Amino acid sequence: MSIKIAGVGKRFGDFTALEGIDLDIATGELTALLGPSGGGKSTLLRIIAGLEVADIGSVEIEGVDATRLPARKRNVGFVFQHYAAFRHLSVAGNVGFGLKIRKRPRREVKARVAELLELVHLSQFADRLPAQLSGGQRQRMALARALAIEPTVLLLDEPFGALDANVRKELRAWLRRLHDEVHVTTVFVTHDQEEALEVADRIVVINQGRIEQIGPPHQLYDHPSSEFVMSFLGPVTTLDGHLVRPHDLEIETHPFGDAYPGRIERFNRVGFEVRLDVRLTEDDAAPPVLVTLTRAEATAKALETGVPVWIVPVAGASQVRITTTLPTPGADSVELPQEPPLVPPPGLSAGTYVYVASGHSAWVATHADRQEAALRASVIARRRAEEE
Amino acid sequence: MADTAVSRSASRWALRVLVVGYLSLLVIWPVTLVARETFAHGLAPVIDALRQPEVIFAFQLTLSAAFWAVVINTIFGVGISLLLVRYTFPGRRTLNALVDLPLAVSPVVVGLALVLVYSGRTGWLGGSLEQAGLQVIYAPPGIILATAFVSMPLVIREIVPVLQEIGTEQEQAASSLGASGLQTFARITLPAIRWALLYGVVLSLARSLGEFGAVKIVSGGVAMRTQTATLLVEERYQQFGVENSIIAYTAAFILALIAVLALVVVTCFRPDKETPR
Repeated sequence: MSIKIAGVGKRFGDFTALEGIDLDIATGELTALLGPSGGGKSTLLRIIAGLEVADIGSVEIEGVDATRLPARKRNVGFVFQHYAAFRHLSVAGNVGFGLKIRKRPRREVKARVAELLELVHLSQFADRLPAQLSGGQRQRMALARALAIEPTVLLLDEPFGALDANVRKELRAWLRRLHDEVHVTTVFVTHDQEEALEVADRIVVINQGRIEQIGPPHQLYDHPSSEFVMSFLGPVTTLDGHLVRPHDLEIETHPFGDAYPGRIERFNRVGFEVRLDVRLTEDDAAPPVLVTLTRAEATAKALETGVPVWIVPVAGASQVRITTTLPTPGADSVELPQEPPLVPPPGLSAGTYVYVASGHSAWVATHADRQEAALRASVIARRRAEEE
Repeated sequence: MADTAVSRSASRWALRVLVVGYLSLLVIWPVTLVARETFAHGLAPVIDALRQPEVIFAFQLTLSAAFWAVVINTIFGVGISLLLVRYTFPGRRTLNALVDLPLAVSPVVVGLALVLVYSGRTGWLGGSLEQAGLQVIYAPPGIILATAFVSMPLVIREIVPVLQEIGTEQEQAASSLGASGLQTFARITLPAIRWALLYGVVLSLARSLGEFGAVKIVSGGVAMRTQTATLLVEERYQQFGVENSIIAYTAAFILALIAVLALVVVTCFRPDKETPR
């Protein structure tokens, strides 16, 4: 095991950032820490790096107890979301920084810097200042700088979070190839499920300071252990008390098997994909079920707004039974008080229930029944997450 | 469209005239008059004035006091700035407010306060210091102390915003690459704040050269012993005779010249935009 984390916990004042984290990361593996913002994944990464100290628990790196070791003695490469480039040093100066600190001979530093710049395709920019590079180039420089010290583990904190969508995709694929070349144990933090699914050997889903599930990408996608993992790793919709992927629903314009009858309420085409809102006949108070299929399929089946349809999950579809729609008071639900100081959002009266989804955004639904409000808000939250 | 464009350019011109007019009446014109008065009788009396031992002594004293005040302010300024930006501790806000005190309090009050603490006869600490052989009040150490007090905020107020802006990520990156605290400071933090630091140093040098009120109280202003350049200007200005006036104007002119030169040099060297992200 390259990294062994046991019983790690961390609090910031009243806020519990991490609780009871046990995690083993094998040598040479590329692991993603995936979860919503504020879920504790960055804190865990910083604890591994020694930039943050755990309140309890221990961290072992390559068999050495690193719990009390300062960052500079851990031999860990760390890449920051906003590059943390040394602005007054050239690209070569940035990359060679760790080697100069280690008082390596000048010739060796020069050779190693050249080699790393080659690796990250920045050789022709060696004498530029970081300010003269694009975001993607700066992040590659930061990566070369971290790799220069031949770290035991490479840690990346939302490495592509500050980049354009296109550059992000490109760098993602490049990171995967780089890892296959360099083989250093790598842990990266991301809130982008697509990034984690595409790049990682193994994904650790972290939410509200706890590990929700650990496994290879396909296993997490196909066999999520909880509603949270299911809805975080991909689009979901609710059908008959279960979470289902919208592309795992079979839709026909005639009754078949145990299919649920309904009507297409909204027909929305996004590129190659068609997204349908289906209002169920039996339960028209519930939010509509989302069904996605390809444009060709939709055309073949002559689907359009107002058409009666029958839907059912396909055989082998991943499904998770909804059990926790009632949010635990305090943790993820807020009851609007009858009195100030909390002003209810516009359109909400005091005393209704609000469901606050994880992350920075609060999704609000009003209903006299608390469970119903929570359910509706969570559906809105998922929809919005999909749209983003 | 054309109307708004015209009115916008008109208001821009009005603003420019207002600003330039204000600066001229308040700063440029009076300072120019000092220069004119200095050279009213030609260059020879000015050179004569500069040869006077009192003048030479006053400038030597001023420069050395300013130098030491700036050294003290640079070291403590960087330290206090780091403390204010990088650490949270009880009393941080109070310290932050206290740093601005010298700008708010009249220098005369500063001088009196220093006398109360360091005076050899009546001072709270001065007696023991004098027994140990160090005279503070009515001596150069007092002048340095007063000057340092008055110009203390200038370095700090220049550095603090830059430290806040650069954040701690570069420092964290340096430590993850194996740099010790001292190495991180010397190789990362110091280069990042170097322009702000230089600007702060120059401002505090300019302020130190020109300090009058606090110095007047703590120094006693004895010619050839504790009379700084600003005190010399005041003394000679109040005496009769063209010769004395010219000495006063010459010293004033030199003081202004040094300050302006320092600012010009720094403004020229300072990069237009402090290393963009």
